Amino acid sequence: MSAFFALLKRDILLSIREGGTIGIALGFNLIVVTILPLGIGPDQNLLNQIAPGALWVTLLLSLLLSLDRLFLTDFEEGTLELMSHSEIPLELIVIAKALAHWLTVAVPLAIMAPVLGLLMNLSPSQFGILTLSALIGTPALSFLGAIGAALTLGLKRGGLLLPLLILPFFIPTLIFGVSTTTGFLFTSGNYESSLALLAAISISSIALAPFPTAWALRFNLQ
Amino acid sequence: MNTKTENSSLWNRLGNLFNFLANPSQFIKYSSVILPWLAIISIIGFAAGLYITFFSTPLDEEMGSTVIIMFVHVPAAWIAMMSYAIVATSSIGLLIWRHPLADVSAKAAAPLGATITFLCLVTGSLWGRPDWGTYWQWDLRMTSVLILFLLFIGLITLRSSIEEETQAGKITALLAIVGIVLLPIIKYSVEWQQSSLHQKAGIFEGQVASDFLIPLFIMAFSYTMLFFYLHMKAMRAEIYRRRTISQQRKHAYEATRKEEENLERIS
Repeated sequence: MSAFFALLKRDILLSIREGGTIGIALGFNLIVVTILPLGIGPDQNLLNQIAPGALWVTLLLSLLLSLDRLFLTDFEEGTLELMSHSEIPLELIVIAKALAHWLTVAVPLAIMAPVLGLLMNLSPSQFGILTLSALIGTPALSFLGAIGAALTLGLKRGGLLLPLLILPFFIPTLIFGVSTTTGFLFTSGNYESSLALLAAISISSIALAPFPTAWALRFNLQ
Repeated sequence: MNTKTENSSLWNRLGNLFNFLANPSQFIKYSSVILPWLAIISIIGFAAGLYITFFSTPLDEEMGSTVIIMFVHVPAAWIAMMSYAIVATSSIGLLIWRHPLADVSAKAAAPLGATITFLCLVTGSLWGRPDWGTYWQWDLRMTSVLILFLLFIGLITLRSSIEEETQAGKITALLAIVGIVLLPIIKYSVEWQQSSLHQKAGIFEGQVASDFLIPLFIMAFSYTMLFFYLHMKAMRAEIYRRRTISQQRKHAYEATRKEEENLERIS
């Protein structure tokens, strides 16, 4: 277990000190949300209507940008190979890495969502539910994304292929994330069931996704 | 005791049959016998089905002549799902029993499945235009078929972007298996969204007259035969391609070895 926490700490420190991943994800999210109203037009009501969906989609895309680097640097320099020979199982290593990805990329994105909500004319009373749904839903994205990252690890054009493979699997999270937020906003009160389903998707992703991911990693390490 | 041995011999026989069917050279042999029959049956089926569809089916009261599209569209949707099932079972066969023919089957079925899913989407939207007044609607079935299409595209691109063939086969198989788990969840979540936000767009809910059912089943049967024909043909092509590659490698290896021997003799 101490090895697990050491790995988690290492990955978090690496991505904070490198700076690149978090900065790119947050910057990308900001630029897309800036571009969107310019393309759609500054109609405040329309922006308020589409805000939950738009914010969730931009969050998904920003998160996707950082996913291909989940295992890549460690794979290229050989660290991953060494880790796979350590005493803790590869599945646990996958969990540590995906968890670190969630903490360093998804959580900042979820916290930033209300700030972007301001740009989309979302009223402050709705910020809480947006952040909450993002925090509950994004673990599924990090853990399902890990499968795609492991599958495309050995490829030259893996970074481009990853969104194509993994975005269909993000659909349930997107739907329940958006319906939690819109349920709270527009049909007041009816959001608990979506939130519960969102949590269910996250929990089952955390439980199941490490196995295919570790399988694909082992295969790529051979 | 007696029944036990009989049982085990039955299992042995089934196992032998499976081995026989799954052996690539045996596959080449028996598929060459089956293929012409599949072709003949599907040609006759399509001829009969299309004739009945166009000339002797009464036109629908509400939909008029556009109901004809149904006979192309609905079987395509069925076969699209069947082809994903074939890709998925072949993938399981590859990962569990490591059988090379399973890989060949998965590889051959994916582009076929993508094509038929595309056909289903195109005919569906051509049918939707006159009947619903729109080419595309984000309803449950259309969305899930579109996602199926995307998954097929993902499988094909993933396979084509890995150079080493056994690796490509196994990695793609893993994606196909993850797809089986996630497809129902995706479908369910889309359904949930539809019921919460939009009204359901009903495409015949169990109200198909028997006049329509007979040609529909003939068309579905012909589609199935055509699919198996194309699948078998593609598998044969793939087996021949792999054999050619291994022959080429063998020749190249022998040629380099001879050259090395010559060089040694000269020196």
